[in-house]
Amino acid sequence: MTLTWGIIIAMVFIVLFVMLVTTLGEGLVKITAKESNIDPAKFSVLPGELSDIIGSSKAKPNFVPADEQVIDLKKGFDINLLGEAVIETEEIPTVRSATYALKPKDFIGMSPIPKVVANEGDSLKAGDPLFYDKKRPEIIYAAPVSGEMLPIQRGEKRSINEVVILADKEVEYRKYENIPNLATTDYEELTKFLLGSGAWPFIRQRPFNIVADYDVRPKSIFVTTFDTAPLAPSFNKTVEGKEAEFQKGLEVLAKLTEGKVHVALDGRGEEKPAAAFLNASGVERHWFNGQHPAGNVGVHIHHIDPVNSGESVWHLDVYGVLVLGTLFTKGIFDTERVVALTGAELSNPTFIRTSQGACIDKFVADVDVITSVEVKDEEGNTVEANRKNVRLISGDPLTGTEVNANGYLGFFDDQLTTVSEGDYYELFGWLLPQKGHPTTNRTFPGGFSPKATYSADTNQNGEHRAFVVSGEYESVLPMDIYPQYLLRAIVANDFERMEGLGILELAEEDLALCEYVCTSKQNVQQILREGLDSLRAQI
Amino acid sequence: MGLFDVDFWKGIEPSKDKKFLHGLYDGMFTLFFKPNEVTHAGTHIKGPMDLKRLMIHVVIAMQLCYVLGAYNIGHQHYLAAGLHTGIFDAMHLKIVLGLMQILPIFAVVHIVGLGIEFYFAAKKGHPIEEGFLVSGALIPLIMPPDISLWMLAVAVAFAVLLGKEAFGGTGMNVVNVALLARVFIFFAYPTSISGDGPWVAAIDLETRVTDYSFLHTMFNPIFDLVGWSTFEGGMPLLESFTGATPLVLAKEGWEAVTSQYSAAAMFMGGIPGCIGETSKLAILVGMGILLVTGVGSWRIMLSMALGVALTGMIFNVWGYNEYMMIPWYDHFLMGGLLFALVFMATDPVTASGTNTGKWIYGFLIGFFGLIIRVMNPAYAEGWMLAILLMNVFAPLIDFYVVDANIQKRLKRAKA
Repeated sequence: MTLTWGIIIAMVFIVLFVMLVTTLGEGLVKITAKESNIDPAKFSVLPGELSDIIGSSKAKPNFVPADEQVIDLKKGFDINLLGEAVIETEEIPTVRSATYALKPKDFIGMSPIPKVVANEGDSLKAGDPLFYDKKRPEIIYAAPVSGEMLPIQRGEKRSINEVVILADKEVEYRKYENIPNLATTDYEELTKFLLGSGAWPFIRQRPFNIVADYDVRPKSIFVTTFDTAPLAPSFNKTVEGKEAEFQKGLEVLAKLTEGKVHVALDGRGEEKPAAAFLNASGVERHWFNGQHPAGNVGVHIHHIDPVNSGESVWHLDVYGVLVLGTLFTKGIFDTERVVALTGAELSNPTFIRTSQGACIDKFVADVDVITSVEVKDEEGNTVEANRKNVRLISGDPLTGTEVNANGYLGFFDDQLTTVSEGDYYELFGWLLPQKGHPTTNRTFPGGFSPKATYSADTNQNGEHRAFVVSGEYESVLPMDIYPQYLLRAIVANDFERMEGLGILELAEEDLALCEYVCTSKQNVQQILREGLDSLRAQI
Repeated sequence: MGLFDVDFWKGIEPSKDKKFLHGLYDGMFTLFFKPNEVTHAGTHIKGPMDLKRLMIHVVIAMQLCYVLGAYNIGHQHYLAAGLHTGIFDAMHLKIVLGLMQILPIFAVVHIVGLGIEFYFAAKKGHPIEEGFLVSGALIPLIMPPDISLWMLAVAVAFAVLLGKEAFGGTGMNVVNVALLARVFIFFAYPTSISGDGPWVAAIDLETRVTDYSFLHTMFNPIFDLVGWSTFEGGMPLLESFTGATPLVLAKEGWEAVTSQYSAAAMFMGGIPGCIGETSKLAILVGMGILLVTGVGSWRIMLSMALGVALTGMIFNVWGYNEYMMIPWYDHFLMGGLLFALVFMATDPVTASGTNTGKWIYGFLIGFFGLIIRVMNPAYAEGWMLAILLMNVFAPLIDFYVVDANIQKRLKRAKA
């Protein structure tokens, strides 16, 4: 009997001891945080209030109309990184690059050597045709700014990397003469105009996440007005002062589908959506609340109007809608967008206004991308070598493409991210990491405070292994899909199963977070794209 | 400095042509250092979790089982002889006895298991994977203390070769490797893993005296020097000692069990049994670690406990014999139930992969395991067989769960 009491007392003691240690630890961490000027509240380990323990649900944000529902997504994870862009001045400065480029590789499924219609030395206007894909010659890809065409930059096997334009000081716009009247036009006429205008590539489709196929009329069109990816900018700034163009763009889209135009709005309650989004008319509004990937269009489509085999849903980003709107209100091809320069490697992450495909050299002028280091060669002599310090990414750190210091922003990107290269060895790094990482995994102390902010690096943090952990992918994907089984079906080339498991609803960005959390370091996005490509080749 | 210095390691790196040596080097190096590999395709940043960390957390969760299990080997030995019966009496002898039992088992398991693992890694040109870290730590805990080392070696070789390497290595195995090693011994050498014999170490059951080997007696001079008690062979065992575990006694009902072993002793681990399964306290601490870190699936643990509880209640109502009358909650105190629930059923590779599947999988293990335990007259414990059975059925459960998802999508397309 005394032993039983002993056990009970011992257990109470253990609980008290653990609580004591945690309280003490939290206090110490908070003091350190205060000393290094970081908000101590981010390091809270113990629940502050009772409501945190119970996890009581948050009320609907006050800007959501009373009769509209917010779709709550429980799964997902916000990767909080240092280096978020901040607004310094009221007016976002316009930065003009010397050169601009269009990269055929930004378009999924395009043949590596598209037909370039402009010639070197040609003087081009914004909106003039640059090239087209030989498989789909109707879709014209147009110059983002006016200027002189420079030599084509080629890569492996003569594939075209970039078609570069030396920009004029003032942008001259191509004159569009046959702009259809929205009130009277039909699908045929409208698509014909848009295909040739250069604005068509902004419209993408699910399945496959490729530039929309005009042969299949979409059952609905989605416009996403917020982005939950790490360090992603808010579209509120992009649309500021362009409310009329945005509304016009939506009206164009309404003509393209027999179904509805759905606009997905940010219902997280942290930032009120811009008036252009709130007051959009002729569309159906949907509110989403949750962590990344709650802002991904794939998630929205899945919850509102999922894609079935043989169907097609189109989607656009805010700047895509603006390009369409400007085309119909002002008659010009204007690709201006607000770009966020982000990442802890920049001295002051900020917003700039520039056009599509801008050269990034001016934006990253103060970043030491390459430094020289001393290494030993094979004979043991000390020689100088170059080491890449910082990775420059056009897009967000999960789905973006790596670019050089004199590279160009991608067609769909409105974000430049800088991440330090992680090519270092860390002693017992797998067991006792010295550096914090954003994670939900509770084997790390940081897993208990998922709101903490960290600087990132590109270290893989482990070696590639076979699938071992289950349920990990599902925990960050707010969709009714089994990613691990889908990936297995892709690897096994089982088309029927791939389709059954929902591959048509997915694009790389939706599974990017699965790749981030993967214990076995599988290349999830790459496998998914292989599956989508082989499925597309079958159709 | 030395092992903690990258340059030192780079200096001794064998050439990549020597596959086996380089594989061995790589395995050791990555144990000390996180590699400098950066992301290349896909996400530019990756989460900090990797397989090594996952595996080590399972091993950490088992540590108290090792400590209490090792001490209990010594304690049970002296209980049988009726000497030093207090828990803290003659600690030095009990610790030495426990360690001398457990260290050779641990060494044999790892020499055989890791040897095969390294050989196949080198042969396939793969890096050495950390799967055996957990299997190797689990196997000693599910063995009786007095197991013959050669049987253990054969069993481990069988389990690693046929259970794992034949299927393609870590992450590919269909059945739990540790349990396969145990089931091999169970079917190949049934007399040496069941009955009253193997649960107490360093005794001779036929002549009923204590029986020490050189591994133990070599410590006597040291203990003599400091004036502590020493190992004395040939001491008679208690008349009342049978070596029976609670599960053997349970056939006569719960009273028969508690007359020999108190509930507190069963909870703390003061009973004969497999090394790791005796102390429920240690297992509960491990369970806490697995649940707090999220390494072990709470769904499987909870649903298996529910399966046991429900089946136990049905038996209580049925009440055909004394064994069925044992209150359902007392089943958790006996045998390997709790150990199987925490460490064996939750193995992510062999369990169901879908969350719905995990509920079914865990529940059925609890259901079948208790049926085998209570209704099987020949063998006292059911979890090993129940888990292996459900390991084989886990892909089928997942197939139906995933298929339901496919059917839902098809139905939506038709609508």
